[in-house]
Amino acid sequence: MMAETIPPDALRATPLRDLHVELGAKMVPFAGYDMPVQFDGVKSEHLWTREQAGLFDVSHMGPCFLSLKTGVGEAGAHEAIAALIERLVPSNIKGLKPGQSRLTVLLNEEGGILDDLIITRPEVEELQGVLYIVVNGAVKHQDWAYFEDRLGDETRLTRADDRALLALQGPKAVDVLKDFFPGCEDMKFMQSRRMFWNDVRCGVCRCGYTGEDGFEILIFAEAAEAFARQLLADPRVKPIGLGARDSLRLESGLCLYGNDMDASRDPVEADLQWVIQKSRRERGDFPGAGRILRALTDGPAEKRVGIQPLERAPARGGTEIYHDGTQVGEVTSGGFGPSVDRPIAMGYVRTDLAVPGTKIDLIVRGKARPAEVCALPFVPQNYKR
Amino acid sequence: MSTYYTEDHEWIAVDGDVGTVGITKYAAEQLGDVVFVEVPEGGATYAKGDDMAVVESVKAASDVYAPVTGDVIEGNGELADAPETVNEDPEGKGWFCKLKLSSACELTGLMDAEAYKAYCKEL
Repeated sequence: MMAETIPPDALRATPLRDLHVELGAKMVPFAGYDMPVQFDGVKSEHLWTREQAGLFDVSHMGPCFLSLKTGVGEAGAHEAIAALIERLVPSNIKGLKPGQSRLTVLLNEEGGILDDLIITRPEVEELQGVLYIVVNGAVKHQDWAYFEDRLGDETRLTRADDRALLALQGPKAVDVLKDFFPGCEDMKFMQSRRMFWNDVRCGVCRCGYTGEDGFEILIFAEAAEAFARQLLADPRVKPIGLGARDSLRLESGLCLYGNDMDASRDPVEADLQWVIQKSRRERGDFPGAGRILRALTDGPAEKRVGIQPLERAPARGGTEIYHDGTQVGEVTSGGFGPSVDRPIAMGYVRTDLAVPGTKIDLIVRGKARPAEVCALPFVPQNYKR
Repeated sequence: MSTYYTEDHEWIAVDGDVGTVGITKYAAEQLGDVVFVEVPEGGATYAKGDDMAVVESVKAASDVYAPVTGDVIEGNGELADAPETVNEDPEGKGWFCKLKLSSACELTGLMDAEAYKAYCKEL
């Protein structure tokens, strides 16, 4: 088993923890790590990221490499590793081009979502047969154990515990980062490259989870603090905590695993059916294909939607949703969107009600508050396609 | 007029048998950007320690408790449209409600400004 046991009271530190404290962060436990929830304040950090560039420490997530035990770099190696991982995810991994990344979901036998993850096919030839995978911090140990259990005979899993994962997000991110990684400005959304900063090898992917243009950088732990300090020396860059990361992703309509999807939901209910490419639908060769293909044809019982409260009171996760006096669903993420300057939420409702404009009631502290089903995202996504 | 403080970071400024209630500067700073406030309406009665109001930041909702037992004379209606007042002037314009105190004796269990300052330092 890959899973390691962490004593409940022993929080782990990312390579940037001391820097966060030095910068005045308010620290909280998250996914087993001592993490910054905010620096200046959630609202100002959120707005800064939408207008300038925000630096996020996401080292608590689970970057790892899944490799063939034999044959890495040989002809057909990518096809071989792709065929293995496709037993667990419904996306077309085989068809990834070198240097291409793709969001997908890890499925259990019933088609329930165990996690959402980004899988990258390395660009360089000698690493064909390896996949770079980033899973969620909160479930990484169980994900890794699942890879080991299902694919352990033919693959080797290497956790990137010796690295930090940083995200630079916002419209100015590319202008800042091109001085660190010349050429990164030519990359497109969901493209990855091996690049060097001061001779330190880094994995750079044009992606993120804020709805803005930006990059995620995997860098060796010993170089991470110097790299972060140099980024922060640019007046366009500010450190951003987990609080703003959450409000940014919610405004952009992006799911948080454990809130907006879990093992009881399939990708169709979660409105993530687009992760299942046509070739995989035709083959129907992924876990839970029966349930998922049926949901694609007949529609699921419930569906994830955007929710616009019509008054000023935010509705948090767990808020019951009513329509015509009966409960028809539940809010899974809710709060306040600093960029739209109003409360926003997402949740699940009965599929016949999953139409923008449908009037619903949110039960907030015992009182029914009017709301409407709405389209996601709440702010336009600014990806560099 | 004297001001008293609770361990849950409410303040109450008492003039005769009327108290004005709000949350302290320390509480407002801990909450961060306030985006919504629900204040009690005139006529409601609360016992000491009851949930009386709600204050929400971007991230979370927090209850505000009645520092003493009393009847609400009025809530601060200005906060509905300007919740940020709670951050800007928590111990002034950001007041939540005015209460008619049922029993002035309850005030003896609360802290004065000096004791509250010392209490916050320990947190």
